[in-house]
Amino acid sequence: MFKHIMVPVDLAHPDALQSALKVAADLAGHYSARVSYVGVTGPQPSSVAHNPEEFGAKLADFAAAQKAKHGISETAAHAVTSHDPAVEIDHVLERAVSDLDADLVIMASHIPRHFDLGSHGGRVASHTSASVMLVRA
Amino acid sequence: MTDQNYTEDVDAQGIPSPEGDHHLIKTDYDIGQDNVEGNVGPIPFDIHNPVFAISGLVVMAFVFFTLALPDFAGTAFSAMFSFVTQTFDWFFLSVGNLVVLFCLALIVLPLGSVRLGGADATPDYGYVGWFAMLFAAGMGIGLMFYGVSEPMSHFASSLGGTTIGEDGLRTDWAPLGGAAGNEAEAVRLGMAATIYHWGLHPWAMYAVVALALALFTYNKGLPLTIRSAFYPIFGDRVWGWTGHIIDTLAVFATLFGLATSLGFGATQAANGLTVLYGSGVAEEGTRSFLGLPFGNTEDSGTIDSGALLVILITAITIVALISVIRGLDGGVKRLSEINMGLAVLLLLFVLLVGPTLALISGFFSSLGAYFEYLPALMNPFGREDTNFVQGWTAFYWAWWISWSPFVGMFIARVSRGRTVREFIICVLLIPSLVCVLWMSVFGGTAIQQFLVDGYEGVVNAPLELKLFEMLSQLPLASITSLVGIVLVIVFFVTSSDSGSLVIDTITAGGKIDAPVPQRVFWCTFEGAVAIVLLLSAGGLASLQSMVISTGLPFAVVLVLLCVCIVMGLRTERAAVMAPSSAK
Repeated sequence: MFKHIMVPVDLAHPDALQSALKVAADLAGHYSARVSYVGVTGPQPSSVAHNPEEFGAKLADFAAAQKAKHGISETAAHAVTSHDPAVEIDHVLERAVSDLDADLVIMASHIPRHFDLGSHGGRVASHTSASVMLVRA
Repeated sequence: MTDQNYTEDVDAQGIPSPEGDHHLIKTDYDIGQDNVEGNVGPIPFDIHNPVFAISGLVVMAFVFFTLALPDFAGTAFSAMFSFVTQTFDWFFLSVGNLVVLFCLALIVLPLGSVRLGGADATPDYGYVGWFAMLFAAGMGIGLMFYGVSEPMSHFASSLGGTTIGEDGLRTDWAPLGGAAGNEAEAVRLGMAATIYHWGLHPWAMYAVVALALALFTYNKGLPLTIRSAFYPIFGDRVWGWTGHIIDTLAVFATLFGLATSLGFGATQAANGLTVLYGSGVAEEGTRSFLGLPFGNTEDSGTIDSGALLVILITAITIVALISVIRGLDGGVKRLSEINMGLAVLLLLFVLLVGPTLALISGFFSSLGAYFEYLPALMNPFGREDTNFVQGWTAFYWAWWISWSPFVGMFIARVSRGRTVREFIICVLLIPSLVCVLWMSVFGGTAIQQFLVDGYEGVVNAPLELKLFEMLSQLPLASITSLVGIVLVIVFFVTSSDSGSLVIDTITAGGKIDAPVPQRVFWCTFEGAVAIVLLLSAGGLASLQSMVISTGLPFAVVLVLLCVCIVMGLRTERAAVMAPSSAK
């Protein structure tokens, strides 16, 4: 059914992600799909990383940790640098769906601000051909 | 392993060690650790508490105070303006000179080879987009307001020569000793004084702040906020009250610096609209636009309606809001490029249709005059031309300084990947040359109209109308005047939106991904501050006195920043040199 699951993650708020990560791992096992974790950062230092390279490294570690922890067969990290993450997030996620050719997007719906409720998930659903699943924390 | 444990796993990965191409500052401070996150109803927020609360509350209190007591506020503002310019004019001038010399030194010193963002960083923006944003943020409305009026004013006052008042002080506004009756010399002196105010000095102030921020953000990994640059001096204390004070000062300076420019822009746009599309005669007090009296002379006895200004500022602020909501690349950058294109067209038009040869030779003779008069103009002590020094130079320096956190932070944000040397050349020398060109063309045309054609419209017009008077003597005046008004308005928008981004970042503790409603808040209050100050008793003068008062403390900040840059660049260069020598 699904071959490639995309999971947007906000490394600054990992606690709020747990349910979505669990669901993604379970579905990946069920459909033998691979999982890509997408993170967005600005060029400036943030609470997660001092620079985009470090952010990329942390996201890669995160993806590897998920693979080991949930026994997912294949995981990947997809870090995107945006000049203005606060407003470009929707656009970045749409691009990521088509770049990765993902057929299912699993998003946490209660991370403060970034993936707050329907707006981001709804936009991704209406602007891409992927299925979208919102997971309440 | 439970689900919660992996959080520690992520953190335990730690920070990769520097790869020899940059030198991170190790600090226990996490960006956003002092922030307060939450929701007010449906609106999310993520703010740095002391800085946001203090600046937000003071600004709101200020707006209400000025609205409630307009007369008292007006008197208080003008008293403050006189006090600060008269007492600290030497200080402003000295700080200006210091930063220019500092920047020039960085171009030639080996420290200039450090690359912002690490040795292997590549620029995020191409030259055109980068340059358009620098310029639209850095000068904008001022170029429209003063492009014709300043060269003309200095020329006229120089030509008038010096006069001595009863108290033995000079009462004229001529720069230096003036050039009584000598037209050619008055032109040279007028242009030199103008270029002094718009050339190396303001851009050096911007460059210092921008360089400090870019260095400590991109190379040292500290949050994008003014306090980070002070890390070499204050160490971890910058995360406490020392830093709160620095950031709050920066917010005030930015807010009032912007509001002043917005005030200039609104006044000029309102005047332009009234002259172009209004009806009635200024001298008779019947001039109005959309039924609102505006632009009448003082003698006519008609009081201008503030409503036109309020409508304009509100409308323009709404456009700025749309731009900040669309973000840096979708709104701010695009508008800056449109603006740049329009400004270049207008410049070329005036250059080609006006006295082309005289303007081109004027460009070079103005540059020559600038370097000839520069040492005298720069001198902070024992000046006799007190009106010029206090009313023009000191005000300008305060204005530029109050803009420097905002323009500097904005320049820093878009300058990753440039070397320090390239950065200084591009931020200091090229914009200065463009300003010389702009002033020579716009001011030069007006001066030629006066000298050659005997046209006195520009000389006699008030400051905000001089641009339109000059354009009215050229072909297609109705079109070019409209372009002029559009430029003022778009410059207004580009200043307001980039300013809101900057204030938002500072008050969010250096986070650039704070919720969008916070930008909306600051953008709205910039407009509000501009409106209440324009409507207070002093009008534009109130804005100017607020600028100069908030610029003064930030002048001290500017001097300290120079020290921090040197300290930061030295550790940076040491980190870059170390691995190569070890190989």
